[in-house]
Amino acid sequence: MIQTTFTEEYDVVVVGAGHAGCEAALASARLGLKTIVFTVSVNSIALMPCNPNIGGSSKGHLVREIDALGGEMGKNIDKTFIQSKMLNVSKGPAVHSLRAQADKADYSMTMRQVLENQENLTVKQAEVCELIIEDGAIKGVKIFTGGTYFAKAVVLCTGTYLRARCLCGEAITYTGPNGLMAANHLTESLIENGIELFRFKTGTPARIDRRSIDFSKMEEQKGDEKVVPFSFSTDPKSVEKEQISCYLTYTNEETHKIIRANLDRSPIYAGVIEGTGPRYCPSIEDKVVRFADKKRHQLFVEPEGLHTNEMYISGMSSSLPEDVQIAMYRTVPGLENCKIVRNAYAIEYDCINPVQLKHSLEFKKIKGLFAGGQFNGSSGYEEAGAQGLVAGINAAMYCLKKDPLIIDRSEGYIGVLIDDLVTKETHEPYRMMTSRSEYRLLLRQDNADLRLRKKGYKVGLINADQYNALLLKEKQIKDEIERLKTTYVGSNARIQDFMASKDSALLKSGIPLAELICRPELDYESIAPIDDNRPELPDDVREQVNINIKYEGYIERQKKQVAAFKKLEEKKLSEDIDYSKIKGLRLEASSKLNTFKPVSIGQASRISGVSPADISVLLVYLTDK
Amino acid sequence: MNTDTIAAIATGMTPSGIGIIRVSGEDAFKVASSVFLKKNGKIPEAYENRKAYFGYVHDNGTVLDEVILLTFVAPSSFTGENTAEIQCHGGILMMQKILELCLNNGARAAMPGEFTKRAFLNGKMDLSESEAVMDVIASKNDLALKNSVKQLRGSLYEKITDIREKILYETAFIESALDDPEHFDLEGYPDKLSVKLLSILHDLEKLSDSFDDGRILSEGVRTVILGKPNVGKSSLLNILAGSERAIVTEIAGTTRDTIEEKINIGGVLLHVIDTAGIRESDDIVEQIGVRKAMEMAEDADLVIMVVDSSTPLTPEDEEILGFIRTHEKKCVILLNKSDLESVIGPEEIACYTNNPVIMISAKDETGIDELKEFIVREYSKGLLKYNDEIFITNIRQKEALNSAIASLLCVAKSITEKMPEDFYSIDLTAAYESLGLIIGEQVDDDVIEEIFGKFCMGK
Repeated sequence: MIQTTFTEEYDVVVVGAGHAGCEAALASARLGLKTIVFTVSVNSIALMPCNPNIGGSSKGHLVREIDALGGEMGKNIDKTFIQSKMLNVSKGPAVHSLRAQADKADYSMTMRQVLENQENLTVKQAEVCELIIEDGAIKGVKIFTGGTYFAKAVVLCTGTYLRARCLCGEAITYTGPNGLMAANHLTESLIENGIELFRFKTGTPARIDRRSIDFSKMEEQKGDEKVVPFSFSTDPKSVEKEQISCYLTYTNEETHKIIRANLDRSPIYAGVIEGTGPRYCPSIEDKVVRFADKKRHQLFVEPEGLHTNEMYISGMSSSLPEDVQIAMYRTVPGLENCKIVRNAYAIEYDCINPVQLKHSLEFKKIKGLFAGGQFNGSSGYEEAGAQGLVAGINAAMYCLKKDPLIIDRSEGYIGVLIDDLVTKETHEPYRMMTSRSEYRLLLRQDNADLRLRKKGYKVGLINADQYNALLLKEKQIKDEIERLKTTYVGSNARIQDFMASKDSALLKSGIPLAELICRPELDYESIAPIDDNRPELPDDVREQVNINIKYEGYIERQKKQVAAFKKLEEKKLSEDIDYSKIKGLRLEASSKLNTFKPVSIGQASRISGVSPADISVLLVYLTDK
Repeated sequence: MNTDTIAAIATGMTPSGIGIIRVSGEDAFKVASSVFLKKNGKIPEAYENRKAYFGYVHDNGTVLDEVILLTFVAPSSFTGENTAEIQCHGGILMMQKILELCLNNGARAAMPGEFTKRAFLNGKMDLSESEAVMDVIASKNDLALKNSVKQLRGSLYEKITDIREKILYETAFIESALDDPEHFDLEGYPDKLSVKLLSILHDLEKLSDSFDDGRILSEGVRTVILGKPNVGKSSLLNILAGSERAIVTEIAGTTRDTIEEKINIGGVLLHVIDTAGIRESDDIVEQIGVRKAMEMAEDADLVIMVVDSSTPLTPEDEEILGFIRTHEKKCVILLNKSDLESVIGPEEIACYTNNPVIMISAKDETGIDELKEFIVREYSKGLLKYNDEIFITNIRQKEALNSAIASLLCVAKSITEKMPEDFYSIDLTAAYESLGLIIGEQVDDDVIEEIFGKFCMGK
């Protein structure tokens, strides 16, 4: 390594400026900490090296939660989206999910400007290659060109760049995504400091020249007429704009035949790939093997931006060799004559075993060292952004000697995400999914602000105006629900005519408006004609009123489940407990518990290898304390 | 963790033949040495595992009672700790005196459930076993305990696990469809789920009803012995039970004042229900007893009628024979007192019923083998019904079952109201968790409190 004596001092160092690093750096700087963010290339700030969209099922929830806490992702996509859709609207409100297609270049550039203009924040192009750790606490980092940056806290957000290796069939390059430089030196420093690493793999499909695609053979997918912004602070009028289309097409038996015939040339099936891939975001090879009886698989053809002809073929990521790729893509209706601009490829990278982290995303064994994003074994921009935000906030809290921000499983998808990562020993890239959240009826995308804004305010990322707006919203919702529960309509002719017109049972006597909203065929909006004294309220308030009344029974039952969950979370376990001394525990359980040192009975119960019987022993043990 | 030494009266606070004071903990033997002397007036030199010492309890030299001291060395005891059990005469006053003596000599009064809690913490039993202890606390009998534990770990466990797996499968399917709609289709799913729910609900309701019945009956051929007073029913029962006598459970609080007994006859488990009629008591009660016995016999799988062959048939006998004729029950008629001169033979009985008749003498124990052969033969031919139905016996289990039922009814309601499928999982999950509470697969700290708080002192 190059030796220089150049040093600088910061409060917080952030390593990496992808989706996690951006949130971490912004949060820390906005909380008043002197912050520096390192990136291997300033051109790759907030790069979207894979899919050209933000949000989607459960990921949309994460973006809204990031926004509720004072993060940037939602605002940035609101400024740069080119199509927006609310997914799953035929399902319940818990699984409604916002997804927006991004103009990738615009997204990256816009975020870069936000970083560059952020007070307290320095952006620096350099490869961090060494951690300086003394007495179990982080002191700073060294960069490849020789400089030393001392800091109170460091946040590692290296994404997929650590010892990255890209594979396209037999062609292997030692680069990060999009041919960017890999970060090859930091791994050694991590290992030297006793950090356990995993090697994960992910992949991306080909980008195809739009001019070579026959869209007439595909199904057009338009955006929503009424666009809902991601950010609670975005003016809904500002997102009214012309949108571009995506297209739906399918693979077929011919595609699958080509893939099967060339499986031996796939680096995964040939055993060249060492890393573990995500089961929930499989390559087309995986899908053909795993769902062998499926005759076709969906493909979405999505534009990469307004100023490029590149189209992203969603659903068809691959690491097969170039010639096989060309052949297989050309079997797809509309892609018969396609020209590939960029090949599909798989990427392998180093990341950590996240069970080494606390819920604050600080390393259990190294004070002041935090981690976020794909470096923690997750996958996806939104998962990265969420962790980056929490890691950045907590690095700041650490410097300020304040309590860390911890979101539990009943408060947000972010809580589920982090708790799963630090507790569940996932040995594959972790992707957020609706099913991972037990209390999802309470954790809707529509109420992320009501759930988390106060926490954002307490931390200091939400300003007084935003906070007061939240309080007003809460009051409006509460008052309107109260009004609907106490406003009766009688069984007069006008009302009965209305009921008949809605195919709803006629009234036998007076009934509160709230009860009408509960009927399956009615809702808050549809009973407006018989609600004479209805106050004028914003869309988002009306939506909350409707959901809270209509699904009250379910919401109450879910709240009971949360109460039971909280009881076990509140039973704290001290770090000093030596579990091997508790005789009733099975050997596997006591050794797991000693490794994890869970903070509560609740967390202990989620560790694999700790059985309900072991938890009972712990509970009884606690009553004896 | 507390490792001090605790003591309590392990038998109920009612007068009984034998009273037991249990002392458990590191210093259990030290306590024993302070209060117990062997018959020869000496303190045992060493306390061996599972050994009985005959001697007396004394208070500074004053003999209180002649007792047997049983010692168990850790970890081979109920609690997993050193344990001394003093078996004294069962007067309440005596038991209390001895307990007080132990407390004055280094032991502390045990909290409710503390012995079992220690057993649990020392890995001697799991949570559901602990709860089983609570269930049979009234019987205060280790055999009963084992039986109840077996029941809990056995069929009920399997049944609940089976239902939980079914529920889990549905939840997983819905979740998969939400996360991967391309590969999991929910088209027509609500109707399919409705059908499955009905069958699960049916099973759960049946289990729940088993509690309401108050039929705390377990495995075995449900057997009732009928006969007028003093024909020898109790003698017969005693002969049959003999050394194979398994358990006697008094079921307090049920409307039927019965004693239920398990008897193993050549490998066939009889579940004999004794009515009050079997007890020797005054005539009025006996009358009620016979009626009651016939009521019980309505549900029986096997009826054994005992007739006194030395005296002519009475109207009571005829009433019972009438009952047998009108009820198609597997039945055998025993002509007892064959040691005396008989005035009734099989041919008299044949006027009333075609059921087999066996001559016995409870006094000489003759004819008993024939009866046993008859039972084994009928059983092996599959002509005797064997009750292996699962039942629940504990109010907490019933509550958990009912809350699971309520949750599944909510799912059914969601389906009827055409709610989106993602709403189902809230209540499916709740049902899954409620059922988990029954078998200890779901943890709830209230249950822990309840289990260890409700125990009587000595357990």
